[in-house]
Amino acid sequence: MLTGGLIVVASFIYVGLLFAIAAYGDKRADAGRSLIANPCIYALSLAVYCTSWTFYGSVGRAATGGMGFLSIYIGPTLMAALWWYLLRKMIRISKANRITSIADFVASRYGKSQILGGLVTIIAVVGVIPYIALQLKAISTSFSIILNYPGVAMPERIGSRFFLDDNTFYIAMLLAVFTILFGTRHLDATERHEGLVAAIAFESLVKLVAFVAVGLFVTYGMYDGFGDLFRRAAENPQLHALMALGGESGSYTAWASLTVLSMFAVMFLPRQFQVAVVENVDERHLNKAIWLFPLYLLAINVFVLPIALGGLLHFSSGGVDADTFVLTLPIAQAQPWIALLAFVGGLSAATGMVIVETIALSTMLCNDLVMPLLLRAAGARLAASRDLSQLLLGIRRGAIVGILMLGYLYFYLAGESYALVSIGLISFSAVAQFAPAIIGGLFWKGGNRRGAICGLSAGFVIWIYTLLLPAFAQSGWLPITFLSQGIFGIDLLKPQQLFGLNGLDEISHCLFWSMFFNVGLYVAISLLRAPDAAERSQASLFVDAHRQTPAAGSRFWRGSASMDELSTLLGRFLGPERARDALADYARQRGIRAPDALPADPLTVHHAESLLAGAIGSASARVMIASVVEEEPLDIGEVIHIIDEASQVLAYSRQLEQKSQELQAATNELRGANLRLQELDQLKDDFISTVTHELRTPLTSIRAFSEILLDNPALPQEQRDNFLSIIIRESERLTRLINQVLDLAKLESGNTVWQANAFDLREALEESLNAMSQVFQDNRLRVESHWPEDVAPIVADRDRVMQVLLNLLSNAAKFCTPGTGHVRVMLVHTPEALRVDVADNGPGICEQDQARIFDKFRQAGDTLTQKPTGSGLGLAISRQIIEHFGGRLWVVSEPGAGATFSFTLPCLGVLDDAQKP
Amino acid sequence: MPQRILIVEDDSNILILLNFLMTNSGYETRACSDGPGALKAAAEFLPHLVLLDIMLPGLNGYDVCRALRAAPAHAGTRIVILSAKGRDHEIAMAQASGADAYVTKPFSTRDVMSTVQRLLASP
Amino acid sequence: MKLRPATQHGLKGQRLAALFLLGALLFNYPLLQLFARGDMVFGVPLIYCYVFSAWAALIGLMALVVERGDSNG
Repeated sequence: MLTGGLIVVASFIYVGLLFAIAAYGDKRADAGRSLIANPCIYALSLAVYCTSWTFYGSVGRAATGGMGFLSIYIGPTLMAALWWYLLRKMIRISKANRITSIADFVASRYGKSQILGGLVTIIAVVGVIPYIALQLKAISTSFSIILNYPGVAMPERIGSRFFLDDNTFYIAMLLAVFTILFGTRHLDATERHEGLVAAIAFESLVKLVAFVAVGLFVTYGMYDGFGDLFRRAAENPQLHALMALGGESGSYTAWASLTVLSMFAVMFLPRQFQVAVVENVDERHLNKAIWLFPLYLLAINVFVLPIALGGLLHFSSGGVDADTFVLTLPIAQAQPWIALLAFVGGLSAATGMVIVETIALSTMLCNDLVMPLLLRAAGARLAASRDLSQLLLGIRRGAIVGILMLGYLYFYLAGESYALVSIGLISFSAVAQFAPAIIGGLFWKGGNRRGAICGLSAGFVIWIYTLLLPAFAQSGWLPITFLSQGIFGIDLLKPQQLFGLNGLDEISHCLFWSMFFNVGLYVAISLLRAPDAAERSQASLFVDAHRQTPAAGSRFWRGSASMDELSTLLGRFLGPERARDALADYARQRGIRAPDALPADPLTVHHAESLLAGAIGSASARVMIASVVEEEPLDIGEVIHIIDEASQVLAYSRQLEQKSQELQAATNELRGANLRLQELDQLKDDFISTVTHELRTPLTSIRAFSEILLDNPALPQEQRDNFLSIIIRESERLTRLINQVLDLAKLESGNTVWQANAFDLREALEESLNAMSQVFQDNRLRVESHWPEDVAPIVADRDRVMQVLLNLLSNAAKFCTPGTGHVRVMLVHTPEALRVDVADNGPGICEQDQARIFDKFRQAGDTLTQKPTGSGLGLAISRQIIEHFGGRLWVVSEPGAGATFSFTLPCLGVLDDAQKP
Repeated sequence: MPQRILIVEDDSNILILLNFLMTNSGYETRACSDGPGALKAAAEFLPHLVLLDIMLPGLNGYDVCRALRAAPAHAGTRIVILSAKGRDHEIAMAQASGADAYVTKPFSTRDVMSTVQRLLASP
Repeated sequence: MKLRPATQHGLKGQRLAALFLLGALLFNYPLLQLFARGDMVFGVPLIYCYVFSAWAALIGLMALVVERGDSNG
């Protein structure tokens, strides 16, 4: 039923569908309504990572090695988590510098070095062409198998036919045509091929659907689900082993190195760089891709083990290559449509890889290998020709055909040999050599060109020696003794046991040594010499990419140019029409009406250079621009200066931030101080209000009683006398109060005139006691006094100290009960001061009042029915006076046990021995 | 039936003079010198008018005034606030607390008498 | 020159880097060996179960970090 004709027609329909999608995508892109402005499409396009190796080869690996096949999908999953740092930066840099291939990226980073660009291109081509051959093999094999439907037969030996009779040759040519049609329609300055991306995304979908369909068929169609399938497999001990991971530690090393390799591969394979970086339309698409792409990988791998086990169970007699299970199982079960779907899926996987990889490689070959050589060899002649854009396109197209032919050649010659089967991993190892130069270049400004060249070369050489040549030897192209005895018979140089390191599988072995020398030389040689001006400027553009503006590169250029020459140059390489359009766009961007009016300043030159770089690579673009402008090369000092300026601006703005923060803090402080001032203001208001009250109260009595006396002449004499005495008393009280308030005000404002004389405190005490003697007598209080014979003089204002003594004594008198009251005065000499104690046996002062009584207007004894005479200011004033002379005034008291007021005053010197008591 | 006047004042001299003034004019008086005592006396004495000083120990005069106003028993009682402070906002506070009149110290005895008589005359 | 606020994006990147480390641990020798002894669970090989579940969980976490981070930044 599945005739050859039907299969061919189906294939053509499928390819035609791809054409249609690609054409539609390009049309939409030209119209400005991009089809691929969707993050899901971007993520799907990344799945070009899965080639026919995934589609067919995974099952083959699972059938022999169990779960080990998964390591090359786990790696990209892990790498996806780091894309946030790595890939985002690469995308940003590539957009800013119009980088169009991985060779361009490396070359651009290390001072736009043509050598480096060429080296990367060579490594990429040598490493990847065998991988392309593998795809061709897959297509040819699957075609042969499905042609045999309903029989299951393995295809004939490759290379047994003359190539013009070989289907694969025509397949390769067809692929070349398709690639040319969609990869080289024009020299887009940004090298984006939107239609192609749409087609690739579609292909990824097709291969996923096809594989899952076969998986479902095998698991649920041929068996009764996962459980049934695994159970049956477990019964076979050989199969049972596949369901573990293998016990030797060797396989874990292999797992680990494959994981690392695939991490590098998903970044640095030319096709991956193309879809992930160059074809990226919006950096934000990366967000979805970070998890969608690993999800895709998971989905396409779920059924690998079931299919492998199913195939092994079904074709238990052997004879069917495990790689073909995806196709042969549906065939064996007489399912033509599923088989056809599987075939189309495999076709999809292979063609996707070939197309994208070829485009990427051809761009590299053209820009980084052929163009630089051409410019060197025939630069003058090239510069004279008017339109080079056709030449560039021709080179590209030729490169595509060349690559596919090389791929076919390799396929034809290597054929069935060992070389082809494991070539996928060998390719991974090749592109892994880019890792140190790129990752180092992204984060380390110290990496320089020489270091990169040496590291890359060393890694490449080691790769050739430890992987490629042994593969050739095992296919019989080189003597096998090369493997067992090393080159020239030197044991230490055995390719798979280099320097005696054995116990590793060949992939891990290569990975170890190549990275060892690659990274080692890269770092060591970079550190030998400081980077030059060009390298330093490029390094800062790359490493500091997050802080750059798009036109940052123009900062590092100084010189003069003419617009005429610039536009002529652009016209030569982009084609006159395209160049005109590009310049017109740029002029509009800068707000200039006519492109002719564009000034040939660094910004324009930089823009022109990047337009060129899109067409011929940054290294060649630099050369061409340099030929038409007079550049003043920046020396290293100026470059450093420019970089410094940038970092200075950063520093200034940080300082500014800091200053504004400080300003904020100062404002807050001011606010606090203002609040405190307002509080003090309030306190002052309260004081005045209290004083007012205290003054008005006696005034009230005085006035009112005076009026009463006036209005009531018939008052009894006793009452008249009583009222009059109240008037007199209140007048005195008022006077006293006014004096004290004034006194206190003077003391607090510091306007008092203090006298300071030496005097004898004993005398002052005696005098004050005498003054109070009448009061004591009136209240029938007993008075005692103790003081030593001789006391040192003190220096103070005698009158003021008298004031204090009188205040304390009158308080004591006030609070003693008449008749039983007892006042004791003591003078004590302490080492540095004299202390006076005035003790009474009155009611005492409770603890909370002991502090309050020294406040203004506060008096103890709210519970007394009789308001005590006095103003409440006495103790406050006394304290001021004592403290002014360096002393202390305090009270010790217990309710019910009297109160003792004490104060100290520092005295002059110590007593002579003769004077001591 | 003489009208009853409660005098609340903590300065003893002013208390004496207010007492004299009121009894001289034929009113029955009761005196106290702190806030809580005032409320208690008011409850017992049920005065027609209260002479209330602001600066009292314990409860301040405004609170006493408000407490008196809040009690339904004293709904008809007149309250005269005596204060040594005379600032506008204090007068406003007095009014807000429910006082009927405000007299600043030092006062004229004639002023006090006329205020008292006026308040007690009106229903 | 626009200074990019490092905090919001920095957190996403750091979380993703942490997930990277988690994945590296989950899918390597010590843990992997734990599950690789050929036992079956629910009729399915343990290693198969473990790898795919851990893989799916890791992807889920990555999706969470990336998608939810957007709403903050």
